[in-house]
Amino acid sequence: MIDPTAVPPTAHKGIDLNTAEVLMDRPVGEPVMRLDDVTVSFAGRNAVRGVTFDVHQGEITALIGPSGSGKTTLLRALNRMHDTVRTASVTGSVKLGATDVYAGTTDATLLRSRVGMVFQRPNPFPTMSIYENTVAGLKFNGVRKKALLDEAAESALIAAALWDSARDRLKAHASTLSGGEQQRLCIARALAVEPEVLLMDEPTSALDPIATKRIEELIGELKHRVTIIIVTHNMQQAMRVSDRCAFLLMGEDKAGELIEFGPTAKLFSEPTDPRTLDYVNGRFG
Amino acid sequence: MTTLTFEAPADPILERRRQIQGVAQASLNRRKTYSKIAIGVCWAFLAVAIVPLVGVVAYVVVKGLPAWNADFFTQVTEPEGIPGGGVWNAIVGTAVIGAIATAVAVPIGLLCGLFLAESDGRIAGAIRFTADVMTGVPSITIGIFGYIAIVSHTKQFSGLAGAFAIGIIMLPVIMRAGETAIRGVPFHLNEAALALGARRATVARRVVVPAAMPGIITGVLLAVARGLGETAPLLLTIFGNQYLQWNPTKPMEALPLVIYNNSSQPYADLIQVAWGAALLLMVVVLVLSIGSRVLAAVLQREKR
Repeated sequence: MIDPTAVPPTAHKGIDLNTAEVLMDRPVGEPVMRLDDVTVSFAGRNAVRGVTFDVHQGEITALIGPSGSGKTTLLRALNRMHDTVRTASVTGSVKLGATDVYAGTTDATLLRSRVGMVFQRPNPFPTMSIYENTVAGLKFNGVRKKALLDEAAESALIAAALWDSARDRLKAHASTLSGGEQQRLCIARALAVEPEVLLMDEPTSALDPIATKRIEELIGELKHRVTIIIVTHNMQQAMRVSDRCAFLLMGEDKAGELIEFGPTAKLFSEPTDPRTLDYVNGRFG
Repeated sequence: MTTLTFEAPADPILERRRQIQGVAQASLNRRKTYSKIAIGVCWAFLAVAIVPLVGVVAYVVVKGLPAWNADFFTQVTEPEGIPGGGVWNAIVGTAVIGAIATAVAVPIGLLCGLFLAESDGRIAGAIRFTADVMTGVPSITIGIFGYIAIVSHTKQFSGLAGAFAIGIIMLPVIMRAGETAIRGVPFHLNEAALALGARRATVARRVVVPAAMPGIITGVLLAVARGLGETAPLLLTIFGNQYLQWNPTKPMEALPLVIYNNSSQPYADLIQVAWGAALLLMVVVLVLSIGSRVLAAVLQREKR
């Protein structure tokens, strides 16, 4: 058992990160991220309002809902991507383990190394090779040891099912990969930093069905390594890949709100809210 | 049901997470320091760039403002020693020359820009390259060209020759600004119109150019501002004129010429007029630049 109180020799004083927490893996099913009354607004107008739910360790949580329901906005609040938007503000509380994501003492860059992200469109760095793309996050975080870089890259590329096709051309440019491969490279790039949570924003919406299938299979395999939160507008996809589901809908004030949250099977078969029932049965949205 | 236990001491992923987070934390202060230094350097260089810019503006305002009075805007230039006098003749000249140059250069430049935006062929490439070179040609060269092409044939310095030279200065700027604005229109708008059975010219006229209008207007006004400020092309083409002259076939005065000629005089009142003209020219350019932005913003908002 890894001693949760052991402090690595490199740890510094005065840093917000709860080191023991990173070392300690949480039991599957334990809450890893807790959202409490999360509201995101742009220039004073709410985009998503009052969302509360827990994300559980080792599970895949899907955010579903029609366009404008604030799925992506909510997702981006979880690793402080809204920090780059001047008019954006996030209220309520987001916790990653014991770390308060929006506390003033929490460093956004360190937080993002613990909460990775994969975007809608594959966005490998165009000037970097496949290998350089994979280790980019590590290098950004100050990792220089070649052995660690190589080990992490190989592990991440294997996990992203890209190792077999890419191992012989690691020095090739990322643009030589197909769209699906590029997206898997982006997943590998995110995994290489070994985040605790991986956010995926409609990761297959720009891909063809075959590439989509491979990514979906991949997501299922990855949950043993990292807790995943995925935004999808595809209900079948949510049903196929997720363990728990959050259904959001645009309220009267145009702000998205959480209608229902629960195990995916229950949400799709016997939801408690009639609006959820209508949506999962394809009656709107 | 099996219970999952996490007692494997050497889970490679947890071990690596520990290492990576360790490095990330340990290097955080260093990375933050670098970041602060880098941003500090950016600010320092920004200050270096801003100081002379603000200095020029402030200096011209301080020196030029005392020259501004009613006479300055309504009277023609007086010789040295005679009190009063203004730059009305130069304002008229600059306005007339600017108007003619704009009227000729804008349609030509925009149609060329449209051609460049719609074509990737060898001819377009050559024209684009030429336009880029033209923007870099010293303006005195354009002045000599204006002199040889117009003045030496008509045996007459004239506002038209000046407008010709200024037009040549403006042309490549308008071309490239137009091209950039038109290229900025997403191609799917082209496709949407083509798929409705529109011909290429119709697509350009009804869909692409209207969508590019904010950018085009900005580019045109900036080109006008650029053209009005040029001195060298005017030196060899309009010659200058102490008297009020509305007729562009005759020698005219222009604001840049007032600045150029008067500033080299040993008389305080003439130098004062030069400062006043410099401030006026700067204000005109400023108004055109701000106006182009405001107009573009308004058009952009109307589109929504």
